[in-house]
Amino acid sequence: MSREDIQTGLAEILEEVAGVTPADATPEKSFTDDLDVDSLSMVEIATAVEDKFGVAIPDDELGNIKTVGDAISFIEKNQG
Amino acid sequence: MSTSTDVVVTGLGATTPLGGDVASTWEALLAGRSGVSRITDDWIKEFPAQLVARLATDPAEQIDRVRARRLDRSQQVAVIAAEEAWRDSGAADAGIAPERVAVVIGTGIGGALTLLGQDDVLEEKGPKRVSPFTIPMLMPNGPAAAVGLAIGAKGGVHAPVSACASGAEAIRWGLDLLRFDRADVVLVGGTEACIHPLPMAGFAAMRAMSTRNDEPERASRPFDKARDGFVLGEGAACLVLERADTAKARGARVHARLAGAAGTADGYDLVAPHPEGEGAARAISAALRDAGLTPADIQHVNAHATSTPVGDTAEAAAIRSSLGEHVLVSATKSQTGHLLGAAGALESVFTILALREQIVPATANLDDPDDDAAVQSLDIVRHEPRRTTLTAAVNDSFGFGGHNIALVFTTA
Repeated sequence: MSREDIQTGLAEILEEVAGVTPADATPEKSFTDDLDVDSLSMVEIATAVEDKFGVAIPDDELGNIKTVGDAISFIEKNQG
Repeated sequence: MSTSTDVVVTGLGATTPLGGDVASTWEALLAGRSGVSRITDDWIKEFPAQLVARLATDPAEQIDRVRARRLDRSQQVAVIAAEEAWRDSGAADAGIAPERVAVVIGTGIGGALTLLGQDDVLEEKGPKRVSPFTIPMLMPNGPAAAVGLAIGAKGGVHAPVSACASGAEAIRWGLDLLRFDRADVVLVGGTEACIHPLPMAGFAAMRAMSTRNDEPERASRPFDKARDGFVLGEGAACLVLERADTAKARGARVHARLAGAAGTADGYDLVAPHPEGEGAARAISAALRDAGLTPADIQHVNAHATSTPVGDTAEAAAIRSSLGEHVLVSATKSQTGHLLGAAGALESVFTILALREQIVPATANLDDPDDDAAVQSLDIVRHEPRRTTLTAAVNDSFGFGGHNIALVFTTA
């Protein structure tokens, strides 16, 4: 799956879980500072990512994912 | 501390089986409409009691989807009622320091729908699929916390839990906070939303619910000879309280005064009321003393009257012994059903509106008053609301556990 496709899929998750407008879900955006996504919502997003992309995000990795781009890269690197 | 500090009600909010706000709820109440309906889902088939009073307006119409998905239904309705009360009070624009704004919201059951729904997720999909919002959505202080966030209250957020007295208890706590000068404005109220097979089965197992399944609108019939239990309702109601001097200084519109409050415990049985309503009568008498009033000063009582066989007669005895036989009694659960932890708050809203509008709501379905001597002695308003001069009224609430709360309101 391309980075663009991952970004689109991630944007859908962000809209569903946190009400983020898809156009705002761009790689440079910080989940907490720009998109107002809190830690519990990040847990929900991780679960949804696993469902959508088949990529599990371990708890110790979740803390390192600060931006939409970090998430896209993690999914891209770990997709099967 | 001064216990004579005047406290007034400057905001009202509600979402109930009769309407999505205070105005539509009050209009439906006076028009005699019922909020009760029969459940038609498959799961109800084996249930002896199949009636509920669902919200007239789906919370999804009143609250943003993303915000709603992290709030239990009991929290959603609490926020809806609280925001209406807050807007109504105008306190948001009054420049009150957030550190001087407090919240007290009670619930009887808490986030039961979340608890039960997430238990289903656990069973079906395993622990990793349980929502990270499970705990904040099911905790009984969740509604108070959600309301505190919604209005930006930093002066303390509290959650009394005393079953069906919780909403009334919240109002009493609010009065105390203002009298102790712990806050300048307190948003108080109660909430409940637990229409689900488990609570339905539990209340039915107690033989507490009406089984008049073929006549939903006639099932909740407080004080009537043919009453056979309560109808489970859902919703929330809130009041904004502040000291009279603060309200006056900011030019707030005052709906009524909260003149006094008191609480007692039966010390008799975990769930059965004392047959003579001894604890309830003590609460009413203590609230009158707190308000500096006598029984002769009170014209109206919004009764707890849930339509259970033993509860209504015990309350009639309590009203008669504490207030006498002259008061006009209304049992509005005949139309709203029993909102458990929200009941005391909603019925306080009705008591306040009765005082403000000078009209006593009717008790629906009271066709044939119970032969009980105390019930017979009371002037229970039925069939039609009654217009009369009102200056002071009582709202009483009781909860499983032997909790009794009485509140005294007077005209502004």
